[in-house]
Amino acid sequence: MELIETANAETVKRMLTGDPVLIDVIPAHEAIPTLEPGMILHAGPPITWDRMCGPMRGAIQGIAVLEGWAGDLNDADAKAAAGDFAFHPNHHFDAVGPMTGMTTVSQPMLVVENRAFGNRAYCAINEGLGKVMRFGGNDTEVLDRLRWLRDDFGPSLGKAIRHLGGLPLKNIIARGLTMGDEMHQRNVACSGLTLRALAPALAETSDNTTELSKALAFIASNDQFFLNIAMAMGKSITDPARGIKGSSIVTAMSRNGTDFGVLVSGTSDQWFTAPVEMPDGLYFPGYSEADANPDMGDSAIVETIGLGGFAMGAAPAVAGFVGAGAASEAGHFTRRMGEITTDENPEWTIPAMDYLGVPTGIDIRHVVETGLAPTINTGIAHREPGIGQVGAGVVRAPMGCFRDALTAFAGTLGVA
Amino acid sequence: MSEKSNLLQGPLKVVNIGLDSFADELKSQGVEVQNVDWSPPASGDPRMAALLSKLGS
Amino acid sequence: MSFVLNKVRRAMYLDSVALMRLSRAIADIDGVEEAALMMGTPANHEIMSDAGLMAAEGRTAGGGDLVIAIRATGETVAEAALKDAEAQLEAPTAKSEDAQAWQARTLRSAVAAMPGANLALISVPGDFAAAEARKAIRRGLDAMIFSDNVSLDDEAALKREAANLGRLVMGPDCGTAIIAGTPLAFANVVPTGDIGIVGASGTGIQEISCLIAQSGGGISHAIGVGGRDLKSEVGGISTLMALDALRNDPATRHIVVVAKPPGADVTAKVLSRLADAGKPATLCLMGAEPLDLPSNVTQVYSLRDAAFGALGLDAPMATAPSEPAREGEILGLYSGGTLAAEAQVILLGQGDSLRSNAAIPGVSNEDGTGHLILDLGDDVYTRGRPHPMIDPGVRDTPLIEALSRTDIAVILLDVVIGYGAHDDPAQHLAQIIAEHRTDASPHLITSVTGTEADRQVRSSQLNRLVQAGVHVAPSNAEAVYWARALVT
Repeated sequence: MELIETANAETVKRMLTGDPVLIDVIPAHEAIPTLEPGMILHAGPPITWDRMCGPMRGAIQGIAVLEGWAGDLNDADAKAAAGDFAFHPNHHFDAVGPMTGMTTVSQPMLVVENRAFGNRAYCAINEGLGKVMRFGGNDTEVLDRLRWLRDDFGPSLGKAIRHLGGLPLKNIIARGLTMGDEMHQRNVACSGLTLRALAPALAETSDNTTELSKALAFIASNDQFFLNIAMAMGKSITDPARGIKGSSIVTAMSRNGTDFGVLVSGTSDQWFTAPVEMPDGLYFPGYSEADANPDMGDSAIVETIGLGGFAMGAAPAVAGFVGAGAASEAGHFTRRMGEITTDENPEWTIPAMDYLGVPTGIDIRHVVETGLAPTINTGIAHREPGIGQVGAGVVRAPMGCFRDALTAFAGTLGVA
Repeated sequence: MSEKSNLLQGPLKVVNIGLDSFADELKSQGVEVQNVDWSPPASGDPRMAALLSKLGS
Repeated sequence: MSFVLNKVRRAMYLDSVALMRLSRAIADIDGVEEAALMMGTPANHEIMSDAGLMAAEGRTAGGGDLVIAIRATGETVAEAALKDAEAQLEAPTAKSEDAQAWQARTLRSAVAAMPGANLALISVPGDFAAAEARKAIRRGLDAMIFSDNVSLDDEAALKREAANLGRLVMGPDCGTAIIAGTPLAFANVVPTGDIGIVGASGTGIQEISCLIAQSGGGISHAIGVGGRDLKSEVGGISTLMALDALRNDPATRHIVVVAKPPGADVTAKVLSRLADAGKPATLCLMGAEPLDLPSNVTQVYSLRDAAFGALGLDAPMATAPSEPAREGEILGLYSGGTLAAEAQVILLGQGDSLRSNAAIPGVSNEDGTGHLILDLGDDVYTRGRPHPMIDPGVRDTPLIEALSRTDIAVILLDVVIGYGAHDDPAQHLAQIIAEHRTDASPHLITSVTGTEADRQVRSSQLNRLVQAGVHVAPSNAEAVYWARALVT
């Protein structure tokens, strides 16, 4: 259908011409004026408390205590069950969050502005590895770190970014791809490049060398620091591509630990969901598949713009996570994703694949036709709340939501 | 209407869909071949396949 | 009681992914409860302690040291696992055996990977073949469809769309083509020359092109169109496009058309297009009556005459073997459908009574009387089995049965070699004959459709058959004449 091809070309053009710039860090209630106390934004498609997985509940308990809405975790649990909190997907508020993806009024949010279209997208700051809220962690150590991010690190980072006049991100991604990052499971290079760019500004705007040192050490010690920036970037790039009639291009993929959800440009804000699958991956010592929580997080937004599992060819070291594949086959993942996408990104290329551009523009027609599900690189959370990350791996998007999306999409064009 | 077939001018550049042996024999002759690892569209789901053909995939 | 064993390798760094994979391999060893290979960073110390993997030695590791930590059912098991882990650490990284070249999953991505692709060769199950061909022509490729079981409606619709797009569709059920010197599917290695063939039949194209090659001629192109292209429902769309292509092809001097007789409407279109072509042409419609022809067209009635007509030579006739003639009928056990048709044309032309499961006009079905010509490529014989050109075993049962028959004078066979065909059909036949032939068996006559340049080598096949006591004629037509000569 000519209409679809034209609509898809427009959708992908909007994605490829996005110009994302990290411009600030501000509290969530400033970033999202409609966000009110008692509202908790979470990863994935909409979900009610009774269907939430363990880590999601654990994170909600923790964030409620942090915000002062509950006296302790048990109190928070009771209040959540009693319906005291309003749950909404981040995606409905221009935001994204990794794993559990908690966003509440006081959280410091990275602000990425897409200067080509003027829209903004938000994501909380990456907490680091180990016991963290995004994996459902909620003990004192977790909450104290979040308080520090809110009260000290976030404001300092915002000041430094403003001092810089913003940090353009497209170029950092382009260089990161040449340095072995795919921006989902591996952000070592991009985190380093970001630190290099931010360090002088952080120093320039700091009047406390102890805090400065702590801030620099926090970024330097977290290989995944850049992930949340990449996610806000992904959201800022895909939002202008939403709601184009006749477009069969995916504008978001997201998981809440129970359901996998997909948004398609031509069907606007309608979520198509299917039960999430279990990641196939490698586990930290002492843990196994039996401990793993099903797939979770808004982070698949990076796959939606051609990174993560789609850019595996740039990151052979990550390919080992699959368990079965050889590093030399990393490029196969990228080529396979080329089967379900309409375009290559001419600016984000993979040197080892003869500068092939990352596959961009997931076409639900191609997904259903080939039976090739989008491949997502992911961290694996423990199924019990409060324990944290137990491994990392690869997960496939469930085909059911793409079949449902195709049926509904056809309906928008009067085809049945 | 597109340009007429000029297949006879060669050289052939073949996309092989189906029997692998045809691709192997062409390769052994030095013909450029892409061999498709084919499976039925939409994993053989007839409703989806019909929808896809209407949507021009 | 578990036993915990640690070993620290100082200043040895390995990527954490590699270490996680190795950890899993060690943990899978019988008797090992848990295992970790990790760099000794503070975070990893904590993980290993929580997993009950830390002993005194492990606690001494720094961030640049590699810790091998094993918890097992006993000391012996732990020691063995440690040894195993160290051996794996030292082992050179072998390239994974399953590292394979990437393969496209769809026509779309194959075309993307090979800009300038101009032909899709399609051999998927018939239910899907038309859809794949449609994708190909819409992307600007011509298509050759080897698959059969495509409905006539689908074929007609596909070819109409292709014609509108200026694309050529060869098939469905197109077994043979030679395009710009490249044999496709079931075809033979023949010299390049100035004779262009348009054929609705695979073995017809093979026999004609091989006879031309054997007499020193060559082929510019052989374009298969599928057995139903000349049916009124399809209207000869591909045949007419192929004739146009050969008319415009400077390398083609002479055009040969081989097919079953079409309806009057389509015959008229083909003749008119041949007249337009302006090049000398040979028309072979197997079993057709004589036609009124344009001045540049000559009609012939056998594949052999088509080949020699195109060469401008008189067709030779090899002398029949000097064997005593025998009472009985001829039984043709054919793998090539058009070769079976040619046998019928010749026997009918001699006034014989005959029958066939693939009868041409004037021949009765199998229930009739006289010589019996069987096309073993017919669906009845190939359901659930490969075609007899691929698997000569399809012919074994009827052949073995015939070798014991005294009421049959001659068993008439064909052997077709080339791309796609069995590796050594002569050897297969020779073995069956050696095992089952008696002094009372009928005479055996065959021809070998192929060339010296084919993988199976025509002369080797021929010699093997002669050794087995089979008379080998230079062409299928001559094999039929020989058979008649040995029947009283």
